Amino acid sequence: MAEMLEVSGITKRFGGLVAVNNVSFSVREKEILSVIGPNGAGKSTLFKLISSFLRPTTGEVRLKGERISGLAPHIAARRGVVRTFQETTIFKNMSVRDNVIIAHHLRSKASLFGFFLGTGTAKADEAAFGQSADEILALLGLSSLANETARNLPHGHLRALGIAIGLATNPSILLLDEPFAGMNHDETMRMVEMVRRLRERGLTILLVEHDMPAVMKISDRLVVLNFGQKIAEGTPSEIQANEKVIEAYLGSEDEAIGL
Amino acid sequence: MTVNRNIKIAAVVAFLAIVFVAVPAAISSSGRFDLYYTLTSVALLSIASAGVWLTFYIGRINIGQGAYALMGGYVSAILVMNHGWSFWLTLPVAGLFCAAASVLIGLPILRLRGVYFAMVTLVLTEVARLLALALPITNGAKGIVSIPLPGALSIFGLTIIPDFATLQNSRLAFYLLAVTLMVVCFAVMYRLVNSRIGKLCQSLQQNEELASSIGVNIAWLRVIAYAVSSFFGGVSGAIFAAISQSIYPSSFTVTDSVNFMLNCFLGGLGYVFGPMLGTLVLYFGWDLLFQTGQFQLLIYSGLMIVLMLVLPNGLLSLAETTRKKG
Ligand SMILES: Nc1ncnc2c1ncn2[C@@H]1O[C@H](COP(=O)(O)OP(=O)(O)OP(=O)(O)O)[C@@H](O)[C@H]1O
Ligand SMILES: [Mg+2]
Repeated sequence: MAEMLEVSGITKRFGGLVAVNNVSFSVREKEILSVIGPNGAGKSTLFKLISSFLRPTTGEVRLKGERISGLAPHIAARRGVVRTFQETTIFKNMSVRDNVIIAHHLRSKASLFGFFLGTGTAKADEAAFGQSADEILALLGLSSLANETARNLPHGHLRALGIAIGLATNPSILLLDEPFAGMNHDETMRMVEMVRRLRERGLTILLVEHDMPAVMKISDRLVVLNFGQKIAEGTPSEIQANEKVIEAYLGSEDEAIGL
Repeated sequence: MTVNRNIKIAAVVAFLAIVFVAVPAAISSSGRFDLYYTLTSVALLSIASAGVWLTFYIGRINIGQGAYALMGGYVSAILVMNHGWSFWLTLPVAGLFCAAASVLIGLPILRLRGVYFAMVTLVLTEVARLLALALPITNGAKGIVSIPLPGALSIFGLTIIPDFATLQNSRLAFYLLAVTLMVVCFAVMYRLVNSRIGKLCQSLQQNEELASSIGVNIAWLRVIAYAVSSFFGGVSGAIFAAISQSIYPSSFTVTDSVNFMLNCFLGGLGYVFGPMLGTLVLYFGWDLLFQTGQFQLLIYSGLMIVLMLVLPNGLLSLAETTRKKG
């Protein structure tokens, strides 16, 4: 399988704190790779580095050989690397449908001026975005809420909307930061199915998640971080048997990795 | 849908009829020619306020529009007086000059948010005033005076606008100029807000991080909106200079900047036509309170506070609630 994303020797310092310390791994095409680790291990920071929200102190990230780290978020997004946020992040005063429509920004063929004038291209774009938004909403089970103002959604649906926004950008790699947080078992299982379906549609998926049963179920491979360092990498069964991982989780969350 | 559309068309036609026909007719029959000056001011101030409204729309509190109005006034005055340009040419040039300046100023300051941005823009107005005092080209505190009235505008030998100096009623001419530009300005604003660009601006206002994660070049979009905003400020200032035939460092001050912002608040930040209504109400409200003498400012401020508490979404939110009920 082809290498899609390559993280090499990436480090991020915040003053004296090394949030991510010399981490390297690679992601294959159409893989579901999860990054796990205790709270504060540097998982979100790692995602922000990959999606160019943060500039690495050293090291770099390459997408199909091209460097994408240290640029700007909108440029990384244009190259196909899009993240969702750990906190629920949506355009809260827009309708659910408008949230997804606006996220088609990268697909627009018309220029801003074209949209101002309402040219044929702009109208075609609008129509295409509307249709695609409806498909995405259906895929995520949000169709019935399409016209609801986003801030009124219940928590589980907000997460789904966050993912819908990510999907609308038509990414080649989607980075999901704790997509199952705050969901009950049924909702989580439905989302697990969802994520699998996304992969079948050709997406490569990076995931940060604390829900270990879900992670073990969904992931092809895992990367484990502790205090900013990569302590293990492997398939779910390898990780579950890994001494270092068990140690890192011991005491606080030893049950959490499904032992 | 079509009913809605017909209502909109009817409203626009009615508005144009009032502004271009009814108001001039009423003024000439009543002989209150001073109202031309008042309404011209309202139209021009509402153009500058529309600019401020646009910066609100991308989530920035702009208390610096006075700086661009002042800049626009000086650019036009200097080009007319020192270089013999036609006023009509200086008008777009003043707007573009302000837009260009705002790009340079905006690139660093638009990174700031909330009260930080507001403070910097407030200082900007004061900096503009001090610059006007200090620079040789602006002639210091004496300002630029005796600016000639706008001359004729002709294209291919065809006179489109006559020389204002030859008109018996240059007040009417300025009124028509100001309201025409106001109509154009708000038409542009309406189109901006109701196109995808409006949605993009809203996305900035609601969550810049998310906007950039979906590929929006937020720095660029912010600068564009700010440049359009400043363009309106510059154009409005240039016409003010032409009407009063003078421009001084004190022509636009911090008070004006604050008022532009208040006009937006009062009319409603969620409504494109908010700044127009807000300017009208504030301008006339202030004049009406003149009778109360020393209490003018006190009553005015008190009323503003009450209005903002009762109607946080502005006057136009009244229309919306009644429509929903009806
Ligand atoms: N902008 C920042 N400035 C300073 N320190 C930061 C910043 N962002 C994160 N940190 C620190 O870096 C470390 C890693 O944070 P990060 O958010 O990446 O952890 P995480 O693995 O995502 O944790 P969680 O599971 O709680 O989400 C933490 O100690 C955090 O306090
Ligand atoms: Mg995190």
